[in-house]
Amino acid sequence: MLAKQPSEMPQNGADLLVQSLADQGVELLFGYPGGAVLPEFDALYKAKFNNILVRHEQGAVHAAEGYAKSTGKTGVVIVTSGPGATNAITGIADAMSDSVPMVVFTGQVGMSVIGTNAFQEADVLSMTAPVTKNNYQVRSAADVPKIVAAAFQVAQSGRKGPVVVDLPKNVMNETATTEIIAQRPEPLSMIKAKEKREAMGKLTDMLMALDKAKKPLLLAGGGVIAAKAGDEFKAFARKHQIPVISTLLGIGAIPSQDPLFMGMAGMHGTYTANMAIHECDLLINIGCRFEDRLATNPKRFAPNAQIAHIDIDASEIGKIIKTDFGIIGDAKAALKEMLLAEPTATKHADWLTLNQERRAKHPYHYRTQPGALKPQQIIEEVGRLTAGKAIVTTDVGQHQMWAAQFYPFTFPGQLITSGGLGTMGFGLPASVGARFANPDLPVVLFTGDGSLQMTSEEMDVIHGYDLNIKIILLNNHTLGMVRQWQDLFYDKRRSQTIFHEQPNFQKLADAYGIQYCALDPEQNWQAALKQAMTSEHAAFIEVPIPQLEAVSPMIAPGQPNENMLGVD
Amino acid sequence: MRRVITCMMNNNPGVLNRFTSSLTARQVNIDSISISPITDRRTSRVTLVVLLKGQQESQQLLAQLDKQLDVFDLKDITDTHHVERELALIKVNAPANKRAELLAMIAPFRASIIDVGSSDVVIQITGTREKVNALLRITADYGVLQLVRTGVAGFTRAEDQ
Ligand SMILES: Cc1ncc(C[n+]2csc(CCOP(=O)(O)OP(=O)(O)O)c2C)c(N)n1
Repeated sequence: MLAKQPSEMPQNGADLLVQSLADQGVELLFGYPGGAVLPEFDALYKAKFNNILVRHEQGAVHAAEGYAKSTGKTGVVIVTSGPGATNAITGIADAMSDSVPMVVFTGQVGMSVIGTNAFQEADVLSMTAPVTKNNYQVRSAADVPKIVAAAFQVAQSGRKGPVVVDLPKNVMNETATTEIIAQRPEPLSMIKAKEKREAMGKLTDMLMALDKAKKPLLLAGGGVIAAKAGDEFKAFARKHQIPVISTLLGIGAIPSQDPLFMGMAGMHGTYTANMAIHECDLLINIGCRFEDRLATNPKRFAPNAQIAHIDIDASEIGKIIKTDFGIIGDAKAALKEMLLAEPTATKHADWLTLNQERRAKHPYHYRTQPGALKPQQIIEEVGRLTAGKAIVTTDVGQHQMWAAQFYPFTFPGQLITSGGLGTMGFGLPASVGARFANPDLPVVLFTGDGSLQMTSEEMDVIHGYDLNIKIILLNNHTLGMVRQWQDLFYDKRRSQTIFHEQPNFQKLADAYGIQYCALDPEQNWQAALKQAMTSEHAAFIEVPIPQLEAVSPMIAPGQPNENMLGVD
Repeated sequence: MRRVITCMMNNNPGVLNRFTSSLTARQVNIDSISISPITDRRTSRVTLVVLLKGQQESQQLLAQLDKQLDVFDLKDITDTHHVERELALIKVNAPANKRAELLAMIAPFRASIIDVGSSDVVIQITGTREKVNALLRITADYGVLQLVRTGVAGFTRAEDQ
């Protein structure tokens, strides 16, 4: 007897789900099982793609973010109903904030009991509405292929972001003899024809303004990375010889060492970048939403400049900063268009020189201290050891800012950090996702003693899959970033920010079977670091750093960009 | 500044929730919202009234709401030629000795009496917000026992579509 075609065989909703995921080209899924998703996990048992069992649902979502941020592909997560779904919400909110393409499948109780406060029931659609681009509940097995295709399409369309698909258990068990036609619809443009026409006109106006500008400045936001527009961005900057600054999420759009790059701008950015914002006469922002960590005082932001803002999300234009040239469009498409224009003889050579001289005079700085290891020093050394080629993940706090300041980034998508939501606990699981996605690049996590303890359970996954991730713990026995604000703005009342108790991190690493080493300023720490960095397996590198080290320079909240503290 | 915003949305569970949650996220208070499926059950028409600082804020809000996949045909119709109407039901004290006077007072409003009790009547009125308010000022003197207003429903006039 001839075997039936798979599509003719009666399948249940869960089989259809797995088949639909395969049709979307899913290679990897992060998940955690439970009662409501038993049918899905049963179907996954036979799936061709890998399912990574994390140790906490928040970890699953951050891992998917690490995967998605470092590849641009859609991260995929599956968790159970109720607590499984609520545990995932922090990660979903993080993905929303940083526009990370992701599809999260949540289990749900059977449709006959939805709304009765059944065991492990949570109203996931209501709870995730504000932190997703869209969410769906599948109410019939036959709808699975269509809804999965739509979810992946939405996640990648326009401004990318997370989508939740809620899966009632009975629907996953239900048999459907639907004809599945593999469909992988292209992302939708989300930009209306009228907006496109207007964008072209405004691009021309902006280029004319650029021709006249004496102090133009180019700002790279996360949109440049998300659009994979790094090459076009660099080409445009070089063609017109415009100084470049970036946001935290725009780091890597142009190499840190590039002569045109003046550094990250904003609260802990370079003096040069922030002064450039203050002095420029034309600011071209590509894919940055003028968040308050950059535009620390929107009323006094770039007071001398005309503002051009290219963004794929129309609702970002004019939201915070009054914009002269608001251009709705994809960064890559816009830059390609912009590259067609030929610069007239650049009239702003002096301006570039001024910035370059300032940059040489005011680099990020720190003082070494005999008998102590400075976090900045460690990050620089790791930068040398990895030749600026590592995927760098971070948690949230001082160490995150030091990593952004001192690692010599060379390519787009290299820094994987929680920018918008600032989620402590992001780093370790994100490095797991980044490792799976980038088997050929070193993956380095810079973390703090506070952040690490939020998701340290994922070390079990690192060990289980023998993932070569270097966990670098910059241990200051304090919630450093919060302590820094208390020192500056609360008269050094260090309320609940000092860890008098701490786990023994060596034993913790041991418990998870991860090689541990502590750097000792009095011993040959460089050699120890090099050895740990070059091993074939994961390493947990603990670095004792001075407790009161502060991130500098800094703009106090509410101050305009030119008022930086701690400039050398 | 009062803004009247209209749109269509898919008539599915959760769509209105997502719509209003996006208003909450921007700290916008809903003055009134009227929503109902129109010709078929698949789509609903919405008339939303909100108080905003101005046209710029309204544009921002529209751009924000426009991101929702289930929402379409968004318009701020405040400054266009448009029609808007509201329905109110007013249960008013109307003892026998006052009833004739009350009916005479409301006659110019072309309101109708849709229920009659021994000591009260229910008045139905449709009209602009101002007209409903004017009638309410009159009925207040008689004692309003119950009141319900639908909030305005509206759209642009033919030439502006
Ligand atoms: C989940 C979460 N809770 C609280 C905060 C507030 N917060 C921001 S930075 C910080 C301190 C982080 O400490 P640590 O991870 O040790 O890093 P350090 O600043 O010392 O480098 C805290 C508590 C946060 N960002 N995320």
